[in-house]
Amino acid sequence: MPRRLRLAIPSAFLAMLVAAAPALACGGLIGPNGAVNLLRTTTFVGYEQGIEHYVTAFKFEGGGGAFGSLTPLPGIPSSVEKGGDWTLQRLIRETEPPRRESLFALGAAAAAPDSAQVIMQVKIDALDITVLKGGADQVGTWARDHGFRLPPDAPEVLDFYAKRSPIFLAAAFDADAAKARGQAIGDGTSVHVTIPTPNPWVPLRILSLGKHAADSVQADVYLLTDRKPAILPAADGGDGLFLGYDQAASDSLLTDLRSDRGMEWIPTSAWLTKVTIDTTAIALSFDLAIDASGQGAPSRVQAGLERPPVTSPATAAALAFLFALLGLGALVSLRGAFGSTSRPTAAGA
Amino acid sequence: MARRGIRRWATAGVLAVAALVLVAATVLATGLLRPSRMVEIDIHYSHYSPAEVRVPLGVPVTFVIRNDDPIDHEWIVGDAAVQAFHRTSADVLHTGDPTAVSVPALSTVSTTVTFTSAGRLAYICHLPGHEAYGMVGWVTIAP
Repeated sequence: MPRRLRLAIPSAFLAMLVAAAPALACGGLIGPNGAVNLLRTTTFVGYEQGIEHYVTAFKFEGGGGAFGSLTPLPGIPSSVEKGGDWTLQRLIRETEPPRRESLFALGAAAAAPDSAQVIMQVKIDALDITVLKGGADQVGTWARDHGFRLPPDAPEVLDFYAKRSPIFLAAAFDADAAKARGQAIGDGTSVHVTIPTPNPWVPLRILSLGKHAADSVQADVYLLTDRKPAILPAADGGDGLFLGYDQAASDSLLTDLRSDRGMEWIPTSAWLTKVTIDTTAIALSFDLAIDASGQGAPSRVQAGLERPPVTSPATAAALAFLFALLGLGALVSLRGAFGSTSRPTAAGA
Repeated sequence: MARRGIRRWATAGVLAVAALVLVAATVLATGLLRPSRMVEIDIHYSHYSPAEVRVPLGVPVTFVIRNDDPIDHEWIVGDAAVQAFHRTSADVLHTGDPTAVSVPALSTVSTTVTFTSAGRLAYICHLPGHEAYGMVGWVTIAP
């Protein structure tokens, strides 16, 4: 048997969805046999008063073994908790009422030699969730030490994210534990991550993790913001991003969402945007940057189109030394100035 | 008499310097032309660098392989039959064979191989997905 089929437990997958009908099962993951399932993913990102709410779901599809996921986050979350039961389904119904009204659920989610810092650990149903802080090497090492089998593109992808935000959410899904809990096939576990951040962004490149260059990547991202957001790249189809919905959220939607578990934060008025991603893994080299401030200037760095400015330790040390010299120079000058006026002269002695 | 002695010593000195220069040039030239007996290969973002190396035939060559990635890799050198075997083999941990070595995450390993025939061989990582991702290099064995 080929080795790739023998290697056990899967690698990292980034995002999973929940769907009632198998034909619409969503999610992207690397399964226990190493094969990549090309499924559609759905994510909900709400942004209200400087807080990003990231809702994703993990689906129990039967079988055994464990699955893992890694999701880059724009900041350290203030909470990770069980998400609402039907928020994602309600969003789908709102934006695609005629054709998918009968569907009931799509879940969500995107997916240094010393050790990564464990910031938070939470258990939600059959999910063991760990929030990590660290560089690509540290997070990769932690993942490997905890049974994640990272695909070959993981080092570059982890580096891509760690350079901008060294925060990752690792989720280990134990299908055996789910079965033991009595979870039925098709049951999903929704996770709600709350992240204080100046501007939200949505990891998209991670959706290509473990896929071949020509593999298809399909995802739906729902954004709920105070006002119409500016996004980068533009959803004009050029980068495989399409605008599927772009209008003020209806009162009925907001009321419904607010009544779901943990969704009390939903405002009384908001703008709903649906961005559909339909591209190939090789082309998906960016994230979705969002400017919800009204200034219309989403960050090229947050979109992954530019590298963040680098301040190396050597540069920082040089700057500190320079400032120290300037400070010392200022002190000497002051001392000289005061000394010249206060020190008694000996000339007349 | 004294002038003749000085001239003789000067001539001898010039000849000695010329000889030294000639020897140094010869050593340098042959050293540059001769394929390396120690080859350093870095692994970064699941790719080998360099992906093309040249080694001598019939002498031990030490490969120093440094893995900068936080994931495991391997380095397997051989002809098409060898690669086909490892491509379908269940072995994921290699020991005892200098032409097939495991390179754990963030580590450096070395292996010494004596190639017995001239030609061009591939070195490949056969962990799942790695070859398809581009983890392939070539070694040319020069007579």
